[in-house]
Amino acid sequence: MELSLKHREARRNGAGWLAVYAASVFAFLYLPIVVLIVYSFNRDGVGGFPPQHLTIEWYRQLAGDQAIWDAVWNSLLVALAATVTALALGLPAALALDRVSFPGKALFRRLVLLPLILPGIITGLSLLMLAVFAGMKLSLWTVLLGHGIALLSVATTELFAGIQKMDRAQEEASLDLGAAYWRTFWRVTLPNLRLPLVAAALLIFTLSVDEIAVSFFLIGRDNTLPLEIWGRLRRGMTPEINAVSTIIFVFSVALILVSYRLRTRGAREPEGAADVLQATFQGDQP
Amino acid sequence: MYSRAYKAAVALPPLFWVALFLLLPYSLLFAHSFWSVASGAIVRQWSLHNYAELAHNWMYAQVLFRSMKIAGAVTLLALLLGYPLAYYLSFCAGPQKQLLYQLVIVPLWVSYLVRGYAWKTILGSDGVLNGFLQYLGIVSTPVEFFLYSPFAVVLTLTHIYTPFTFLPLFASLEHIPRHLVEASQDLGASPRVTFWRVIFPLSLPGLLAGATFAFVLTLGDFLAPLLVGGPSGIMISNVVVSLFGAAYDWPLGAAISVCMLLLVVGILFAIERLEKRWSFH
Amino acid sequence: MAPLLNIRSIAKRFGARHVLHDISLDVNPGEFLTVLGESGSGKTTLLRVIAGFEQPDAGEIWMAGERLDTLPPYRRRVNTVFQHYALFPHLSVFENVAYGLRVQGVAKSEVGSRVEKALGMVKMDSYVASAPSTLSGGQQQRVALARALVNRPRLLLLDEPLSALDANLRRQMQGELKTLQREVGIAFLFVTHDQDEAMALSDRIALLRAGALEQVASPREIYSRPATAYTAQFIGQANLLRAEIANGVARWGALAWPCDAAVGPADFSLRPEHIRFTAAPPADDSHTVCFCASIVRQIFCGATDLLEITCQSGHRLRARVPSRGVLEGEYRFEFSAADAVRLREGGER
Repeated sequence: MELSLKHREARRNGAGWLAVYAASVFAFLYLPIVVLIVYSFNRDGVGGFPPQHLTIEWYRQLAGDQAIWDAVWNSLLVALAATVTALALGLPAALALDRVSFPGKALFRRLVLLPLILPGIITGLSLLMLAVFAGMKLSLWTVLLGHGIALLSVATTELFAGIQKMDRAQEEASLDLGAAYWRTFWRVTLPNLRLPLVAAALLIFTLSVDEIAVSFFLIGRDNTLPLEIWGRLRRGMTPEINAVSTIIFVFSVALILVSYRLRTRGAREPEGAADVLQATFQGDQP
Repeated sequence: MYSRAYKAAVALPPLFWVALFLLLPYSLLFAHSFWSVASGAIVRQWSLHNYAELAHNWMYAQVLFRSMKIAGAVTLLALLLGYPLAYYLSFCAGPQKQLLYQLVIVPLWVSYLVRGYAWKTILGSDGVLNGFLQYLGIVSTPVEFFLYSPFAVVLTLTHIYTPFTFLPLFASLEHIPRHLVEASQDLGASPRVTFWRVIFPLSLPGLLAGATFAFVLTLGDFLAPLLVGGPSGIMISNVVVSLFGAAYDWPLGAAISVCMLLLVVGILFAIERLEKRWSFH
Repeated sequence: MAPLLNIRSIAKRFGARHVLHDISLDVNPGEFLTVLGESGSGKTTLLRVIAGFEQPDAGEIWMAGERLDTLPPYRRRVNTVFQHYALFPHLSVFENVAYGLRVQGVAKSEVGSRVEKALGMVKMDSYVASAPSTLSGGQQQRVALARALVNRPRLLLLDEPLSALDANLRRQMQGELKTLQREVGIAFLFVTHDQDEAMALSDRIALLRAGALEQVASPREIYSRPATAYTAQFIGQANLLRAEIANGVARWGALAWPCDAAVGPADFSLRPEHIRFTAAPPADDSHTVCFCASIVRQIFCGATDLLEITCQSGHRLRARVPSRGVLEGEYRFEFSAADAVRLREGGER
């Protein structure tokens, strides 16, 4: 009895230390974000301590900064187009992986997933070479191409997981009731994949807005937002960058909340991102 | 069940797209690595001299070695931070589990660039950390070595990849059936023994996945060194970037990229093997 | 009468595994035909081949003079009730049932009346606006039936449709299914692993074993004249007697009965309920086999007792007798020679 009490106490102690450790990891993860947000309201610039003279001056400056808003607009355009492209190709790719056998399928599966795990620089450079080879001028179009191919892996993995979870008999029932393949696709397959489609779209959109490693090599005269910020960092740092980062942060969190809502409503385990990561390693079962 | 037309309709567009925009570019990268540059133009003559250059010039191996050291350090730190966190969430967090999980995910979606930038504002000589230390009177003059050092690169990348490492760790811990833990306790094992003999071995696939992610993505990183690394924090991808930029030696840059690609694919291949052996399905 | 569906030498394999070997089977118009088999016997695959979800590797299927197996599933005038119903979760009950009519371009006014009639037939007309997920298993089952029948298929395929229901509901649905089939007059091809269900519902049973047809006959025929040892044991219980035939007499231990088959070994099936107690001394009648046996075990089954008995020669049998209290010791038993059914050879596969 005494022994088990001791035992339990030891366990509680262990859990206590672990809780403290976990709390410090959280602190580490959130420290830069908090600093970033706090200093976006700091009149005296991005450094120093403590922050003084809180102001929204930087947000006001940001509001009048045409170059930033152009970049935001470009980023949104690219992200929207990249989402559409990645889904439009990722859905057939996922369907093909699920139900078509063709020579080179294993290679195809690995190739599709490669940009997810490969350092962005390799994908970016290869596409740069293609652009030069084909005589394409670098522009937002080449950036879109880069995102379209890099994020195809995300679309394919997410949608493949959705197809695997779908009830097969649904499509069979539709065919059985006389709807041919195209109709079955529109009336049954697509509605059944609604949640994975929306989840994948949100994920791809967010990743595209953030993307920098691939875009770095493919960008032309017009900047996306991350590259605009990148360019400014070389010239010097002002809290205006904190301000725009804060806005992106709030925007991203809002998107996550939406996608989380969708996921839980679809009664899926909230591990989509982990699924994507893990699938990358298991080439034969994306 | 599916007709030939259906199969062609779903398989051909992605196949075509992947062949054109993935296979062809990678092949071009490969081809460039065997070409050379003469008076500012690429000469399409096949030779191994780029690889010979990489083998002979000690500088490249040194930078690669440093990149691997940094990647190793980041991986280790990310695991040391991520594993206890994942364990705590999975086994001790109780009803707060979902909320805490989301809290780990949120930083993952904060732009990579923004997080690098935040560290830059913290670590700089007139940054937040130095301001804080001076405010407390611990130091009187700013500490210079926080920023522009391998330390800054490791810190920044650890911050970026810890949530990445956490995800598969958490998933694998969550998938451990709880009755196994109970069985171990029932058979007289203390929590410590249960952890090392039951939980840890079963979480190895997740550990492997997380470690691979952190290592591979760090290895190819070039933005963090540019942001916070300084000259002593230069990594292999920075060499590639400069060869593609100012130095204008695409073939040599391509050769380094091919080496990186092979290294990464080799690691993934080895990990896949290991993971097959370590997963109990 | 020409058969409605004509299955000719169908074979199907998945990789190296042969799932169906040389299946030939006819389905007559308006009949209730059950394909009965253990799990893994290939019964669902056979159904899926007919519906068009799987392509056979060999053989042909014809329906009413038209070749069926080359048509895609959506061109076959065959509908399926799926094992787990496969109702479309994003459509209401009404839209689920209307689905087939809409994709075939049936006029709007007609869709409404036909759907309502079909739902009325399965007593689900008050649920038209419900979402499938709000229905119970039995209700979903009815909607699935209506969704298939509303298209007026020539043949309805049912893939273990009752297996997901609990025992009581299942018995009730069996009754309704049979009544419904009589009303609509459509031929049903029903797949199940449950022999009682097969016996209760079917006009004919096709017993499938490891991908080949073992016997096709009416329930009574298949029960009273099983063709093989497998059939005898799969449908009901049976004693298998490995007898030796010589001079027009079959001998199994000390028991003997007339049999005009060729000399050599032969297997017989004897149902436990055909063995009964007898008080009379052995008659001179060679068509009744009498013997003494002691009771080894008695299992009480309500109205009957199942007895395990050992003959004096040491051979064991099972007998089913009306319950009448605890039995011990040796008794005299008899059975009619006609009830010992000679089985086809090569029962083992």
